[in-house]
Amino acid sequence: MNKIKLVIKREYLTRVRKKSFLIMTFLSPLFFGLLMIVPTLIALSSSSEEKLIAVIDEVGVYEQNLENIAGIKFEFLEHNLEEELRENFSITEYYAFLSIKKDTVSNEDIFRLISDNQIVIDVRDYVKGELRRVLIDKKLHSYEIEELDKIVKELSDVQVTLTTVKIDDLGGEKESAVEISMVISMLFAFISYFVIFIYGNQVMRGVSEEKSSRIVEVIISSIKPFQLMMGKIVGIALVALTQFILWIILTFGIVTIAQSVIPSTFEQDKLVEMIENSEANDFVAENEMSDFDFHQILNSVKEQNIGQMLFIFILYFIGGYFLYASFFAAVGSAVDAETDSQQFVLPITIPVIIGLYIAMFAFKAPHSPLAVWASMIPLTSPMVMLARLPFDVPMWEIIVSLIILAASFILSTWFAARIYRTGILMYGKKVTYKELWRWFKYSRK
Amino acid sequence: MSFVEVKNVSKKYANHLALDKVNFSIPENQIFGLLGPNGAGKTTFIRILNQITAADSGKILINNEPLSPHHISLIGYLPEERGLYKKMKVGEQAIYLSQLKGLTKNDALKKLKYWFEKFEITTWWDKKVEELSKGMQQKVQFITTVLHEPKLLILDEPFSGFDPINANHLKEEILKLKSQGTTIIFSTHNMASVEELCDNITLINKGKSILSGKVHDIRKEFSENKVALEYSNPSDNLSELLNSKYNSTNVVELGHSTQVELTLGEKETLNDLLQEVTSLCSIHSCNEILPRMDDVFIKAVNQNK
Repeated sequence: MNKIKLVIKREYLTRVRKKSFLIMTFLSPLFFGLLMIVPTLIALSSSSEEKLIAVIDEVGVYEQNLENIAGIKFEFLEHNLEEELRENFSITEYYAFLSIKKDTVSNEDIFRLISDNQIVIDVRDYVKGELRRVLIDKKLHSYEIEELDKIVKELSDVQVTLTTVKIDDLGGEKESAVEISMVISMLFAFISYFVIFIYGNQVMRGVSEEKSSRIVEVIISSIKPFQLMMGKIVGIALVALTQFILWIILTFGIVTIAQSVIPSTFEQDKLVEMIENSEANDFVAENEMSDFDFHQILNSVKEQNIGQMLFIFILYFIGGYFLYASFFAAVGSAVDAETDSQQFVLPITIPVIIGLYIAMFAFKAPHSPLAVWASMIPLTSPMVMLARLPFDVPMWEIIVSLIILAASFILSTWFAARIYRTGILMYGKKVTYKELWRWFKYSRK
Repeated sequence: MSFVEVKNVSKKYANHLALDKVNFSIPENQIFGLLGPNGAGKTTFIRILNQITAADSGKILINNEPLSPHHISLIGYLPEERGLYKKMKVGEQAIYLSQLKGLTKNDALKKLKYWFEKFEITTWWDKKVEELSKGMQQKVQFITTVLHEPKLLILDEPFSGFDPINANHLKEEILKLKSQGTTIIFSTHNMASVEELCDNITLINKGKSILSGKVHDIRKEFSENKVALEYSNPSDNLSELLNSKYNSTNVVELGHSTQVELTLGEKETLNDLLQEVTSLCSIHSCNEILPRMDDVFIKAVNQNK
């Protein structure tokens, strides 16, 4: 046991001291934090400068009807000014000019937004929205139904605010934000996927390196191959855990800073308007975005019982990692050089990817048979069960899934160890699955 | 007193019988040569001794005890294919390897300092192994092999990769270790070094031990009873006598003397020859020619075919 500890210590220290570890650990949360803050900052800053749009409406319907908004102002010009406007555009203070003409063949109105530089998406979307609004108005009036526009306005004012609430065991209520659950679930799925891949790969590379540098022969004259393999797997697991814990601490730190940087509600309205009119919103329905409140989100996150989820996350991380790490160790021992490893790595990565894929959409039907089964099968359960977690998975399911996972990784480790101990001393042999099976069966030391 | 006893050891790999009821013993505090062609089974035996793999049948005793885990700390092993962790620092790695053999960190540190000073390589302590040249790496690896003061040292082709000066240093170290009580197993193809260093040998071919014993005795066993004689002032009938009775060959004129190789008959001794020629010439030198180990090796292997 002592010797395994020595190996664990070496594996851990050599990796944690590497520059690449430090960079990954400290830059990633920074990057993640920037992803959250920067778009907001950009939106805020661009909304402060006012954009002037000249409108030359040859159809005559739109002028005077397009409404201004914070940051975008329409200025209606005479039709004959178009030539002059085009020639002198760059020296005018206009951001863009909107040209409206009638197509003589189809009798449709043609709209063109012209500028000397790239028009931002928010402006384009807003102008489009306004033009549509005027067209709708025009059409409504053409029906000549009395008070039709009043009816329509009443209709569009109808808004439903649906609050999703969870009843806890005591009958009390807890407001839950579906979006938060979704985000957390996908985040967990992604993280477990990355951990398995990145650290599983490190196991494989470590084993391969020992084999190609030949140090393995010296080492196993001092310790058993199983001790070397386990020491390596556990050591790298600790590296992953260290990195993960540092990430959590750093992310919390950055999020706290972000909370103070992003101003609260008074600027939110501008943001909301821009987002409502934006077309880049197909992922989340527009109605939900109007409930978008950064602070509310953070509060909901705290309410999600994140402590318990993190604990279960760590259990699945350990189980999933050990399961796949043992496969990677076996592969590393089988090949002479890393370049040969590809053919064996592929079948290992397939269930991981399938698991991730199912996990990514688990939020849509967290209790469907596919999701439930995938969260039980040990190859995919780490990703899928974690993705299901925010949706109140019954505890017995989690426990059964964890037991299956534990049994599986014990089995896979035993299996891999047998391949490992023969593989690390085997050079030059063309390795096929048949060969691996032979190594496995090779009973006594 | 034998330190290692090998009794009827056999080992089979898939379709290949690597060791076939091998029997020999390794005397304590001697340098023992483990010889044999490629693929003979030497590495397999070494791996069994290091408990990297296990024999299918037979017994091995170290110090009269059957092979057991605690023997690992008594053994130092320098494999034929050298290798260390490239990106690890020299000092740190040497300590790690000796800790794996059972030394405490402090002990390892102390001993390492001693060896580094002895080899004059203290400046390498913080260097990564990949920063050293191959010869330097081999030196470092040798130190890691002997650091824990093993009672049994297994060296597989230790001289390969060393330049003559360093090879000589290594030879001195090996002899010094022997004088300090270490039993040394020396596996090699380099027969010249066998003649210089080994007290006993065993020759393995196709998994069988075909020759065992003291080097001198074996050379004698394979001797063709040849003698080298250097003389001057021969009498008239000397060359006739040498030719017919002693089958003289390889006559070399050295100017002031003549050198010749003679073959003694089965019952004839050097004394008999000397008695016969002493009155027929001035003798400069006369000694028995023992076969070189190369020749013994080739002969033994061919006989075994």
